[in-house]
Amino acid sequence: MRWHIRGGRVVDPARGLDRVTDLYLAAGRVLSVDAPPPGFGDGQVREIDARGLLVCPGFVDLCARLREPGSEHKATILSETRAAARAGITTLCCPPDTLPVIDTPAVAELVHRRAEESGHAKVVCLGALTAGLAGRQLAEMFHLKAIGCVGVSNAMSAIADTEVLRRALEYAATAGLTVFLHAEDPWLGRGCLHEGPVATRLGLPGIPETAETVALSRDLLLIEQTGVRAHFCRLSSARAVALVRAAQDAGLPITADVAAHQLHLTDIDVGYYDSLCHVRPPLRSLRDREGLREGVRAGVIGAICSDHQPHERDVKTAPFEATEPGISALETLLPLTLALVGDAVLTLPEAIAALSLRPARILGIEAGSLAPGTPADVCVFDPNVDRRLTEETLASAGKNTPFLGWHLRGKVTHTFVSGRLVFEDAAPIR
Amino acid sequence: MQARDLQTDGKGRLKHFLCIEGLPRALLLDILDAAESFAGVGERAVKKVPLMRGKTIANLFFEASTRTRTTFELAAKRLSADVLNLNIQASSTSKGESLLDTLRTLEAMHCDMFVVRHGMSGAAHLIASHVADGVRVINAGDGRHEHPTQALLDCFTIRRATGAWAERGSSSLVIAIVGDVLHSRVARSDIHAFNTLGVGELRVVGPKTLLPNAVETLGVHVFHDPEAGLCDADVIIMLRLQNERMQGALLPSALEYFTTYGLTPARLLRAKPSVIVMHPGPINRGVEIDSAVADGNHSLILEQVRYGIAVRMAVMSMAMGSLPRTRPPRSMRDD
Repeated sequence: MRWHIRGGRVVDPARGLDRVTDLYLAAGRVLSVDAPPPGFGDGQVREIDARGLLVCPGFVDLCARLREPGSEHKATILSETRAAARAGITTLCCPPDTLPVIDTPAVAELVHRRAEESGHAKVVCLGALTAGLAGRQLAEMFHLKAIGCVGVSNAMSAIADTEVLRRALEYAATAGLTVFLHAEDPWLGRGCLHEGPVATRLGLPGIPETAETVALSRDLLLIEQTGVRAHFCRLSSARAVALVRAAQDAGLPITADVAAHQLHLTDIDVGYYDSLCHVRPPLRSLRDREGLREGVRAGVIGAICSDHQPHERDVKTAPFEATEPGISALETLLPLTLALVGDAVLTLPEAIAALSLRPARILGIEAGSLAPGTPADVCVFDPNVDRRLTEETLASAGKNTPFLGWHLRGKVTHTFVSGRLVFEDAAPIR
Repeated sequence: MQARDLQTDGKGRLKHFLCIEGLPRALLLDILDAAESFAGVGERAVKKVPLMRGKTIANLFFEASTRTRTTFELAAKRLSADVLNLNIQASSTSKGESLLDTLRTLEAMHCDMFVVRHGMSGAAHLIASHVADGVRVINAGDGRHEHPTQALLDCFTIRRATGAWAERGSSSLVIAIVGDVLHSRVARSDIHAFNTLGVGELRVVGPKTLLPNAVETLGVHVFHDPEAGLCDADVIIMLRLQNERMQGALLPSALEYFTTYGLTPARLLRAKPSVIVMHPGPINRGVEIDSAVADGNHSLILEQVRYGIAVRMAVMSMAMGSLPRTRPPRSMRDD
């Protein structure tokens, strides 16, 4: 199928392109921008009227729990890739903390195959850094790389033994794999909410800022020592942003991301024990939120991700500290990022870069660009449509989001994965 | 706020009693006034009033408790209610679902009120937001969060002993709360209650390891030195130090805690001569308080227990809406 996407505002951060023009897709790839190549009109061409809409690379989400294998009662690769397509996300990166853990090629292969069968979005995997994420024995990183894992990570399981961590980083560097690190000290991080006035008032065990900064500082020194390429996942505090910034300024080749909800919510949003705001790392203070926004503005934090964690209702219906952390977040990724444009944190092309080009570069995959010849992963959205988020409008199996009832701007109308239309809004609101 | 919505109905009347935070001053005074009227019931030959006859109250204790449960039970019986005591071991309900499952089961038995104690903060809020209309929830202590009836009985004890908040006025009392504020739901409820009713100065006293982060944001002055913290105090509230806190990284030993922060006769001399000493119980003699002080003539520890019954009668009958009134409560009038 050939596609002619006509008259949209085409934004391609990879080439600094931002103008109203036409985009042509064929054979799963971007064919050209502006004018059709000779002979394009021969044969079947479907046209999309994109006037008033935005046309950009499909989004690349650095962290989405798809819950398969192991927790299919929460969600499946089929249900979540379908939700991704509705959200304009064309590539999902799955962390290794599935059941079983992605520490063998077989599990990665299973995830890849299920994603291909679903066909709604591409799924790439991070392999485990240590076997079973247990922090003792190295995982088979060369094997994981050979099967297609785009990096390695120990997910949310901290490696307490610094000798093991150092060797794991050295080995990952040998294998040429990027390490995705969660900076969280296992002892300081045992609470359930940012340590501060809100946790004190609610009587909840706090997670101090130092849970993040102590681990981050240690990791930075080991990255420098081992020479591994590293990426910091889900920064949560202003101090952590400052530490990453200083390391980048000193020439350390590190990158970082933040979850979109961290740029909007603070610990105050927990109110009286709203378990939908139970996330890890925790929502922190207003000062931290502003620090994260400044980090995104300055490019210290290159990518914004969903940190999607769909849950069934039961695990969120308990006293706050007994609930499982996480937000079902695929379908709020674009609107929450667009809100940063409204708040003058980012320009629109920068916002799109934070969702596509930059995460694609962090993963080292061919995505996030509309350059002719690249895979036609394309998102078309209406940036001006304002919708109230309800459980019914969510396609994800997880309805656990604190943004229910919020009016969110930005509605995806078309999503292409490798030139295939995987989502089309039946009745685009114009 | 959400909690206020849960706790009072559209007309400002008490519905659930979950936390002191957010409750208006007039409502707290109404409860204290009502408790005053119940205080004599226990001294009568027939220790019962028929206010809650025909109502069933379930004491839902997910955490062990002796005095709180018994005073709630006595209070309910003196109101002529039927009482169901359920001691549910925390181990069998470590998952949240079973907490709500337990609740559904009890609801099917048509209980009118749940008195809930749970080891996790926010448990009473969770239950109150899931019970059927008309069923009332009283928080008898949730995790480290609040223990609101304890705070009211502390206020009641202070009012009786010092005349504070008489005629619903303010007070200039200097109150010091000493010890493990970090893990104490009593401390949090007391702080909100005293600040709502009005005091001269409210202090918390303890080592940094036992005071929560940013505790000053609750409206207290922080003292690490007990001699300074007790200076000229009118009221001293000693908090219980649980045994498990004496291991690990919070404190080195019970002995060091006693010599550093324990309330001894010598330390008591720092306070005003008229000082009253309180403790939510059960007390650890020789750990946070010297026996000579606990049993001395400044101590009101046993009065607290006695007044606890009257205060709980007031809270339960007001939440149930069974307190007869010839005129609207003060909290609903403009004065």
